[in-house]
Amino acid sequence: MEFLTEHFDDFVNGFFRSLSIALWGAVGSLLLGTLLAVFRVSPIPVLQGFGAAYVTLVRNTPLTVLLFGMAFGVPGLGINASFYLFGVVTLILYTAAFVCEAIRSGIATVPIGQAEAARAIGLTFGQSLGLVILPQAMRSVVPPVGSVIIAMIKNSAVVGAAGVGSDLFSVYKRMTSALGYAPLPVLTAVAVAFLIMTLSTGALLALAERRMAVAR
Amino acid sequence: MRLIRSAALAGAVALALSACGGGEDIEAEAPEPVAAEEAEFEAGSTMAELSEAGEMTIGTKFDQPGFGLRGLDETPDGFDVRIAQYIAAQLGIEADKIKWVESPSSQREDLIVNGDVDMVVATYTINDKRKERITFAGPYYVAGQQIMVKKDDSTISGPEDLKANPDVKICSVTGSTPAENIREYLASPDQLVTFEVYDDCVTQLENGQVQAVTTDNVILVGYVAENEGKFKLVGEQFTEEPYGIGIEKGDTAFCEFINESLEKAAEEGYYEEAWKETAGAYEGTEVPELPELEPCA
Amino acid sequence: MSAPQAVLFDAPGPRARRRILIASVVAGLAVLALLVVAVLRLVERGQFDAEKWAPLVDPSTKEFPQVWGLLLDGLLVTLQAAALAVVASLLIGVTLAAVRLSLGRAGRMPLVALMELLRGLPVVVTILYVYVVFLATGLDVEQFWALVVGLTLYNCVIIAEITRAGVQSLPKGQVEAGLAVGLTKSQVMRLIQLPQALRAMLPAIISQLVVILKDTALAIVVLNSVHDLMWHANKIRIFLDNPLQTYFVVAVIYILLNLVLDRLAHWTQRRLSRAGTEKVVDEANAPVEGEPRRSTTA
Repeated sequence: MEFLTEHFDDFVNGFFRSLSIALWGAVGSLLLGTLLAVFRVSPIPVLQGFGAAYVTLVRNTPLTVLLFGMAFGVPGLGINASFYLFGVVTLILYTAAFVCEAIRSGIATVPIGQAEAARAIGLTFGQSLGLVILPQAMRSVVPPVGSVIIAMIKNSAVVGAAGVGSDLFSVYKRMTSALGYAPLPVLTAVAVAFLIMTLSTGALLALAERRMAVAR
Repeated sequence: MRLIRSAALAGAVALALSACGGGEDIEAEAPEPVAAEEAEFEAGSTMAELSEAGEMTIGTKFDQPGFGLRGLDETPDGFDVRIAQYIAAQLGIEADKIKWVESPSSQREDLIVNGDVDMVVATYTINDKRKERITFAGPYYVAGQQIMVKKDDSTISGPEDLKANPDVKICSVTGSTPAENIREYLASPDQLVTFEVYDDCVTQLENGQVQAVTTDNVILVGYVAENEGKFKLVGEQFTEEPYGIGIEKGDTAFCEFINESLEKAAEEGYYEEAWKETAGAYEGTEVPELPELEPCA
Repeated sequence: MSAPQAVLFDAPGPRARRRILIASVVAGLAVLALLVVAVLRLVERGQFDAEKWAPLVDPSTKEFPQVWGLLLDGLLVTLQAAALAVVASLLIGVTLAAVRLSLGRAGRMPLVALMELLRGLPVVVTILYVYVVFLATGLDVEQFWALVVGLTLYNCVIIAEITRAGVQSLPKGQVEAGLAVGLTKSQVMRLIQLPQALRAMLPAIISQLVVILKDTALAIVVLNSVHDLMWHANKIRIFLDNPLQTYFVVAVIYILLNLVLDRLAHWTQRRLSRAGTEKVVDEANAPVEGEPRRSTTA
């Protein structure tokens, strides 16, 4: 465990780097995913089609293909940004497809009577979605969206491979190769760091779930 | 489009074709090391095992012009490859009985420790930390780290300019010695971008995603020559990198055998010839002499 | 599919139809504009140039057979890794579920802890861990197996969870009837509960195959000598210097494969629901990125 004492700073930096990738990823994918879900349940066929096509294409492509396509393809189009940004954007684009599906399944759990009642009192699509359906759907959406976010935290481990650097995985590679530490203890520390992120998120979600659960 | 790439590809295809047809002698200029006919080794030694098997697995880089570069077909070429072929030949192993495994910087020790390869010849800097997990034969060459930038770049003229320009990103390979060496010249670790292979760094230099690439001079010279007129080297060499041949830790007999082979290669003129045809073909390189070998311990 | 959105708005009348038409046209134009901007940018940057595409799509170029030969080699490795991981995950996963269900609260604690651990780790970390443990124990194993074992460790836990949910969704009477006719508990599990649960969970399990197939492409991040589709894609991209084109083609290959699996899932689901004797567990129909919903009745 000498690497921990000798390079504790690098390790902590790596942890926060990975954490920040995951945090921005969560915020972005929740926003984009919700937008896509609204598209998919809207009465406008073009938007429905766009949402469906996006989800189908993105959900069936491996994250690494998207990531490398972004990091090598997009600069070739004359668009330059940091690899950190490219990585976070890829993570958002990818995760949003799953968030969209989770939210859509949540909307499906709201009893039909609610939507019918909303329409009966004359609410428009936007009003019935925004005031009646989504607030209720949010409750049943928490578990599946939570699972998506946990999966995303885990996926954030991949992002470092496309030039991001100084995330937990890059720290691992530096320690074991350039600095020559034995791999097993370093990797164990990396694993523990990720477990801290995923398990604590899981616990938070379980708490939120219990708080929001309502007997129907 | 990097023109030279398609040329390399065409060359690779030509090589593959000639290997099948056997008619054309595009390959003829390559000095085929002659496999030792009756190599005899102490029973139980690595040499005996390999010689007996008649084949071996060698790790090298697949992306380093001049040292180890592989086309779309299966056989890489370069100085490292030629050195490895010579050592294999001393074991009685023909060039076509060698299985090549790509060994990026971050995975070389693992490949050796795991027994995935019999040896690694891959611009592999000898250092003490690495010696804790593996044993080095050699060195067979001493390189020095330098910086490559775009031809029209005038902000960076050496490693010292990196601190003054904190927006500049510099690229090297994940877990490599050059990536580690450059750290002390940076204003913040964020300036360092790492990829698995140097080709990716060069692509990103072209893309404008990074402003500099750093690694050993000989590798950079290859890229400068390959991408005519796009890049240049700046500043002095600021490190000394003795390249060794990585083998399983503690295999002193094999290490000594490799060192003897290296000396023999130098004596026979193979070393110099191999250099001239690979890394030495690039402008700005000098024919090296075999450095003083480290004792095998 | 249309059930949830159909309730959100009335069958449109003439005025609403007109509004929807206008909104459709606006949205259509917006999407079109986005596409046009993207295409223009691609054209301007020479991304449609023949030299970028020809090696991938024009059989008369000398690179074409080489490139596709490599892609097919890679595809084969990808399919092998996925198939092995799927079979192993199924066998181990179902066994795990059965063991977990048959153990008492105290007895299953260590098992549950281990499963939670595996579920909490990124798959890349698990794959690398397997490889590093291989290294540490001096086992001479190819990296390919580190990928297969890593994927299996993660996915068998997911399959176990899916199976457990399936078993728990069965009516209690099934077990009681089994015990009443003199079967042992393990016989009830093997002969009555598991077959029914598996049948109900089949679509969910097939959807999990998509996840496994996609996850084989993670090998590139941590291993270097697994020559799967993604590995070859990276090499080809470097040699042809056409990242967008190469990754596009590779993405299409993955998408097509996954859509075939998806069809299969739908087809099985329809067949099963037509049979009508099984209650397909709703929850399991859309596993989300390898994380089936946590059951609240743990």
